[in-house]
Amino acid sequence: MIYFLCFILFSIGLYSILTKRNLIKIIIGISIVDYAINLFFILVGYRMNGRSPILEKGEEIERIVDPLPQAVVLTSIVIGLAVTALLVAIAIRIYEKYGTFDINEIKELKG
Amino acid sequence: MLELYIVLILMIIGAIIAVETKSILSSIVALGKVGLGLTIAFLILKAPDLAIVQLVVEILTLIILIRATLGRDVKYTKENQNWGVKFLSIILIIIFLIFSYNVLQSLPEFGNPILKVADYYIENGMKETGAANLVTSVILDFRAFDTLGEATVLFTAILGALAVLRKNGIKDKDTKENKGVQGD
Repeated sequence: MIYFLCFILFSIGLYSILTKRNLIKIIIGISIVDYAINLFFILVGYRMNGRSPILEKGEEIERIVDPLPQAVVLTSIVIGLAVTALLVAIAIRIYEKYGTFDINEIKELKG
Repeated sequence: MLELYIVLILMIIGAIIAVETKSILSSIVALGKVGLGLTIAFLILKAPDLAIVQLVVEILTLIILIRATLGRDVKYTKENQNWGVKFLSIILIIIFLIFSYNVLQSLPEFGNPILKVADYYIENGMKETGAANLVTSVILDFRAFDTLGEATVLFTAILGALAVLRKNGIKDKDTKENKGVQGD
């Protein structure tokens, strides 16, 4: 059930990417998709009533949450920031050239 | 686990507001709410390193997006009048959700992960690397090449952003193209 809520968040971002005309709204949709995927990875690795994966002296290594998805997602979060920065840079250049963020008014990019 | 459900539902509401509101600035602020909700969700899910990183990244994303819209004449977006696109994408998303619901039944139940690779890391992480934080030992020792790849991607993306944004050297070409367009 909680996985499904995560997928609903994903589909909201997908809807924003597919239907919105403003470039900033599309970037926001990509960010929401990014958040949903990261959250899904951490949810898969969670152990009920678990401890965070930091060892202490004299403590047994039981009921610890999975450290592997956390390490992978740590990489993914930072890459998400870099991708957002690149997208915003492209959007700023498009605005300087065409004077709008509306993708319907950018005629020369029409395929 | 009730608090996790509450945080997730608040994140979904924030995402809907971010997508549907007409003012760009409030949309960006609503996106910030989704990211901070994700920080709290990471804290509940026992991932403190991720919560710290997500907090910093969220604030930076907010600053970058506000920089993109500030001072530009795009306070409000026009509504998309194309109902066909909207209808088609809603149908696509409903099909996607039905498929994902069926696939999610085959995952292990929430709260009982299958630790096979990670068992090795948990048992031997302290002995082999000497790091008390297991996430650090995975990032910087067991999967150090992964981190090297991350640094490469990061460097390439920042290089791309700088190349797109730079002003020198691109001016002559730009004016020529503009003249060409005006001439046409």
